[in-house]
Amino acid sequence: MNVDLFLHLWIMILIYIIFAMSLNLEVGYTGLFNFGHVAFFGVGAYTSALLTLHQVPFELALVAALIVAGFSGFLLSIPSLKLRGDYFGIATLGFGEIIRMVFQNEVWLTKGPMGLPGIPKPVLFSYRFATLPQYLLLTIGFTILTFLVLRFVTRSPMGRVFKAIREDEVSTAALGKNIFHFKIKSFVIGSVFAGLAGTLWGHYTTFISPGDFTLLETILVLLIVVLGGKGTEWGPIWGAIVLIFFQESLRFLKLPAEWTRYLAPLQQMIFGSLLIFLMIYRPEGLIRGKGGR
Amino acid sequence: MLEIKELSKSFGGIRAVSDCTFTLKDYGITGLIGPNGSGKTTLFNLITGFIPPDHGEIRFRGKRIDGLLPHEVANGGIIRTFQITRILPKMTVLENMLIAPPLQTGEKFGSLWFKRKTIKTEETENRTKALELIDLIGLSHLKDQFAENLSYGQQKLLELTRGLMAGPKMILLDEPTAGINPTMIRTIIELIVRMKEWGMVFFIIEHNMDVIIELCEWIFVLDNGQKIAEGRPEEIQNDPRVIEAYLGV
Repeated sequence: MNVDLFLHLWIMILIYIIFAMSLNLEVGYTGLFNFGHVAFFGVGAYTSALLTLHQVPFELALVAALIVAGFSGFLLSIPSLKLRGDYFGIATLGFGEIIRMVFQNEVWLTKGPMGLPGIPKPVLFSYRFATLPQYLLLTIGFTILTFLVLRFVTRSPMGRVFKAIREDEVSTAALGKNIFHFKIKSFVIGSVFAGLAGTLWGHYTTFISPGDFTLLETILVLLIVVLGGKGTEWGPIWGAIVLIFFQESLRFLKLPAEWTRYLAPLQQMIFGSLLIFLMIYRPEGLIRGKGGR
Repeated sequence: MLEIKELSKSFGGIRAVSDCTFTLKDYGITGLIGPNGSGKTTLFNLITGFIPPDHGEIRFRGKRIDGLLPHEVANGGIIRTFQITRILPKMTVLENMLIAPPLQTGEKFGSLWFKRKTIKTEETENRTKALELIDLIGLSHLKDQFAENLSYGQQKLLELTRGLMAGPKMILLDEPTAGINPTMIRTIIELIVRMKEWGMVFFIIEHNMDVIIELCEWIFVLDNGQKIAEGRPEEIQNDPRVIEAYLGV
């Protein structure tokens, strides 16, 4: 394996770690099965890409991307969080698709299916992260930051309420917690960090288009969370390492040309089977939470 | 303390609670009895805001609480337990206790970053208090276990103690001794009596007559959603209406 491939692999893994950690806050800690999480990844990617393409400095574009992702999370959470359980899941599924349709159809803004090419490499405080090692450094920094912030939140009394909501909404409400508000907070924080992952991803690939933000992405990141161990601090990290390593290395397999067209469906089959296998044999994932026997 | 005036609630054609009026005086423990389906749990759900009433008023310490949401009622000082125990299964016993104190500073996103000292003191205080209570109910050795690993009786104990941890002015208990063994029933009764001595006020639904007679200073009897009698335990025991409602003679 050459060095560039190795670096690429780790950059992708780290971006997905951030993405998965943000979803873990919602799914793993708060029990909100969000099937439209890729929307906020997309909103982050598009916001920062569009702004930097219009010569806005990266620092500002990044902040704007986080705010826009968080705000869209806030707007979408209000109607959907009125729903419970499965219905919430279906509503988020719908929102995920709606946002992708916005990317696709608002051509004046997003150039539609053509996508946005030539997204500049990030410049933070006049340091340009252009090469692979530099970009790896940047993603490592943001991954550590995300990990620390989310750990701080989940270990706080607020995180405790998130977990209580996951466990039982009724008794949590009976103890005086405003379930709706706490769910919105969890959803917004999750959306902000999904936006961060999206921003990093957009500036890394330098080209984004609506096709990058499909339900498949949500399923992949959900699988990372479930495989790693939902509601644990290290789960998304191990999940992302295993799955992204698997996914990205498939691309570089030296396979006969006639096989390659089978790769994408094959990968989905493997992911699907993996998810079923996990649900049956190890629903808690690779990492187990504390407190069990 | 708690006043209920002309309270009604129907589900479809069934009047679960109809025109109920009564006032809880300042007794430590008041009981609520009645045959199955007489509207006891519905009444609790109405008081705690889990279902809105069709008509009527509920006042707690002079303030109207009907129409409030469950968390608002809880923060107003009324904590309830459930007929089928509701603990937080995949959280530890200690975490189950720590969730209870209302309006914690560390539950606000902004305070998380800017009031870290206050949060730390609060957490230490709550932890000490929680550990004391866990010790009181004899679950110290299980404090870091998931609550789902406790026996049903221990879960009932935990739920009751968690209610106290919330620092309410009144606790509503929905069948605190249902489905557990006699020894555990004793433990729970002793705990309730102890809490009463500390000044806590209880309103209890219970089917076990021995428990009701032993604990309560005042009893309300509900039948078909209406209050048919109230009084001291010995009066209630001999009240013909009550005997009729229970035995159908």
